[in-house]
Amino acid sequence: MFLATGLLITIAVTLSLYRVVVGPGVLNRTAAVNVIGTKTIVLLVVMGYYFERPYFFDIALLYAMINLIGTLVFAKYLERGELWS
Amino acid sequence: MVLADAITIVLLGVGLFFLFVGSIGLLRLPDFYTRLHATGKCDTLGAGLTILGLIVHHFFYYPGTILITVKLLFLILFIFVANPTATHAIMRVAYKTGVMPWKLGEERK
Repeated sequence: MFLATGLLITIAVTLSLYRVVVGPGVLNRTAAVNVIGTKTIVLLVVMGYYFERPYFFDIALLYAMINLIGTLVFAKYLERGELWS
Repeated sequence: MVLADAITIVLLGVGLFFLFVGSIGLLRLPDFYTRLHATGKCDTLGAGLTILGLIVHHFFYYPGTILITVKLLFLILFIFVANPTATHAIMRVAYKTGVMPWKLGEERK
């Protein structure tokens, strides 16, 4: 059950990777990277149940925070052209 | 245990459906704004439903460890707050830097 879920999420990530590689412009790529990050959180939790290691959930929480901060920093950089102002 | 497995499988299936709808929307829709419209909602709902199914599984199979259930609930709460915030930030940047919305009859961007 968990292995099939993980494999299907991997297929969804691979589909989203097309927009990262091809997508016109920086904004499309940033949005696609954000989507892949959200799918990676779910994949980490599912793999934590498949391998029976509950420490993966802490890594998933950390990855959620890093995903949000990365996207916000990139949006600010694209809007202003610099970070420290 | 059969009931718990059934609830888990239904929730995982619906969550995976929404995750796939988000990915296909990201591939197929013609414009930046419409792509974010697809992914911003479908990804949040899909991740929430999938982790909710795993919470049901954990609650019935490992009843001694409530702390992990609380941790996963906090993960759902954080995703429900953080993901629309990130989508709003990117879309605001696109609006301020002058990306025009797609209209009927134009070619795909």
